[in-house]
Amino acid sequence: MCLAIPIRVEALLPEHMARVTLGGVSKVVSIALVENVRVGDYVLLHVGYALTRLDPDEAERTLALMRQAAVPGLPSIRGAAA
Amino acid sequence: MKYIDEYRDGGLARSIAATIAREALPGRHYKFMEFCGGHTHAISRYGIEDLLPPNVEMVHGPGCPVCVLPVGRIDDAIRLALRPEVTLCTYADLMRVPASGGANLLKAKAAGADIRMIYSSMDAVLIAEAEPTRQVVFFAIGFETTTPSTALSIGLARRKRLSNFSVFCNHVLTPPAIRAILDTAALPEVERVLVDGFVGPAHVSTVIGTTPYRALAVEFEKPVVVAGFEPLDVVQAILMLVRQVNEGRNEVENQYIRAVTAEGNPIAQREITEIFEPRDTFEWRGLGSLPLSALRLRDAYAGYDAERRFTIVPEPAADNPACECGDVLRGLKKPAECKLFGTVCSPEAPMGSCMVSPEGACAAHWTYGRFRDRAKTISDRAAA
Repeated sequence: MCLAIPIRVEALLPEHMARVTLGGVSKVVSIALVENVRVGDYVLLHVGYALTRLDPDEAERTLALMRQAAVPGLPSIRGAAA
Repeated sequence: MKYIDEYRDGGLARSIAATIAREALPGRHYKFMEFCGGHTHAISRYGIEDLLPPNVEMVHGPGCPVCVLPVGRIDDAIRLALRPEVTLCTYADLMRVPASGGANLLKAKAAGADIRMIYSSMDAVLIAEAEPTRQVVFFAIGFETTTPSTALSIGLARRKRLSNFSVFCNHVLTPPAIRAILDTAALPEVERVLVDGFVGPAHVSTVIGTTPYRALAVEFEKPVVVAGFEPLDVVQAILMLVRQVNEGRNEVENQYIRAVTAEGNPIAQREITEIFEPRDTFEWRGLGSLPLSALRLRDAYAGYDAERRFTIVPEPAADNPACECGDVLRGLKKPAECKLFGTVCSPEAPMGSCMVSPEGACAAHWTYGRFRDRAKTISDRAAA
């Protein structure tokens, strides 16, 4: 139910709507919940509404932390304090 | 797909799991609850339990909105849908949830009720606009992830001046459910779920942020790690929980930093607060009546509230007495411990709500986990 998929914004449309494509299917969705969306941004799409923008730097940092966690013998790295 | 494939790297997952096995202290048992059905689904689908050492155990939580909706609310929805003037719009997840007397929305539709499956609440508004003679009711369910979309739909209906659109609101809140799991002091010992920490909600947290979990982490002295729904996210979160336990910390940490901030989404929060207010109490399957755990429409939006428009009076309804969904939702029982599991209850013919939604603990175990149980039984027998 809470599933949301990362999806690239292809075009901005009037009234806080945007066109997105996923697996060849084009769809018009609402971006009213996210500020300053630009073409090329990735947003998390849930029941036709973008919930948030995905942060490419934090995504890279997460993968780096994962690779670090996979290496034996490295000191414990604390996660991002929330 | 970007932001998905890279978080499903099996080799990396095994390496992180090896780190978990190295760091989990021998002689200590770690029991973590994943709150969300999305996590439950990922754990079953990707076989994450197989990667973990035997002393790190995952228990499933109540974070599946279809699963926690009590029978009485489905009965109400069916009664609504059977009114000749009503078109009931619903997410497909709800169609096969068992109601009283063996009924469900799918059977009601077959019997002639005007029930339509929609992708988005926006579609319900568009149906109301296109069919002004129909009373279009949107059967709204979901945690904080889904509530903003319902709020925006009500706003859209108001801007379009639609008088034939209303919402049957069943939106529920995450923090009170986590509290209900942890606040076990008043319960008899056998009913207490003792967990060492939580894998915290993914997409709920994009809306509410990580801050609301802090009070819970402090009060109940349990670590919470907010995590994404991809398998690597879950494995990394489990490692972070093991480390917190080992270091005696009870903090709220954020694994899902690419999507979640401490504050959450302020626009979504504003939309929710504009239209909804907490109910005094709401009935949850498995958890009972929880104070301030669900939302209703504010008086200013009473015209869009299906409960007021159609004067829905809740009627108590009992679950199937043999169904163990309640205990499964609280983490007290595993799906296979229910005697209905896989005998009379399967996703094709669900007896309980946990067998309906793909993220329900029973459906996830039926689809993926039971094969592991069988393989384990065979290998145990071979070893003996």
